[in-house]
Amino acid sequence: MRESTPIDAVERAIIDHLQGDFPICERPYAEVAARLGMGEAELLERLQRMLEARLLTRFGPMFQIERMGGTFVLAALCVPEADWQRVLEIVNALPEVAHNYRRESEHNAAFNMWFVLASESQAGIDAAVRTIEEGSGLPVFSFPKLREYFVEMKLMVRT
Amino acid sequence: MTATLDTIDRSLVLATQGGLPLVERPYHQLAEQIGIPPAEVMARLTRMLESGIIRRIGAVPNHYAIGYTANGMSVWDVPDEGIDELGARIGALDFVTHCYHRPRRLPAWRYNLFAMVHGASRAEVLAQVAEIARVIGADCRAHDVLFSTRILKKTGLRIGA
Repeated sequence: MRESTPIDAVERAIIDHLQGDFPICERPYAEVAARLGMGEAELLERLQRMLEARLLTRFGPMFQIERMGGTFVLAALCVPEADWQRVLEIVNALPEVAHNYRRESEHNAAFNMWFVLASESQAGIDAAVRTIEEGSGLPVFSFPKLREYFVEMKLMVRT
Repeated sequence: MTATLDTIDRSLVLATQGGLPLVERPYHQLAEQIGIPPAEVMARLTRMLESGIIRRIGAVPNHYAIGYTANGMSVWDVPDEGIDELGARIGALDFVTHCYHRPRRLPAWRYNLFAMVHGASRAEVLAQVAEIARVIGADCRAHDVLFSTRILKKTGLRIGA
């Protein structure tokens, strides 16, 4: 999943142009391609390749499940090293797990597996938590957001 | 604010949560798939954007691949009383991509303010964390930074059919 090949100038321009405001019109790729000074077919081909190479993890609408009556919850586990792989498989197998990161603390916090549960209902979240707890034998610590101050995942290309 | 999805909106979510079709007329393809006119697909997506059901339509880059090899979740123990003001100020910093008030889980977890920071190196992230510490000042009772060392899964939202 780590990308070692450096990205080229065209890919960089595509990423910087496609972090939001993708047009809703008959030929949206043609419109973006024109802005980028390339052909529609080239943009489509590039996007396809960038997704295959995992330079992009996704391209499309980003849904806010809360606005559909659903919910996202950040959760964490303290997983013993010896049990890591078994627990990882249990957690990742659930469709409710939208992403999952291994994290290490600067100050010895024991939580080392951090994942986000997404479900259309609180009952769905609760069921996923139960499945993880029963399967892993570990308590799930959940951190539902009490308030959101800022979310803007737009990063300019740095490489 | 919560909007309810009707059956057609729901089909649109299901048809696009894996990604927008990479074809010349993606909305027409969705229309065909769902069995509604293209104009309706576009109107519904526009409405979902306006109501916030769709945050944005665009690309999600792999942070590692675009040079953000260090991603730190900085967590702070600050007084609950002043947290909204601090959260707003920290969220306004340009290197903070997400900022939330979350519950403490005592005794295992004392932190109530979470700010995600991305940088080209751990040193850069730690310098940014130091800047957050300056903003919080004397209100900071403790903090930690949890660096991601591995992406274990990243599929995004998936609702069931």
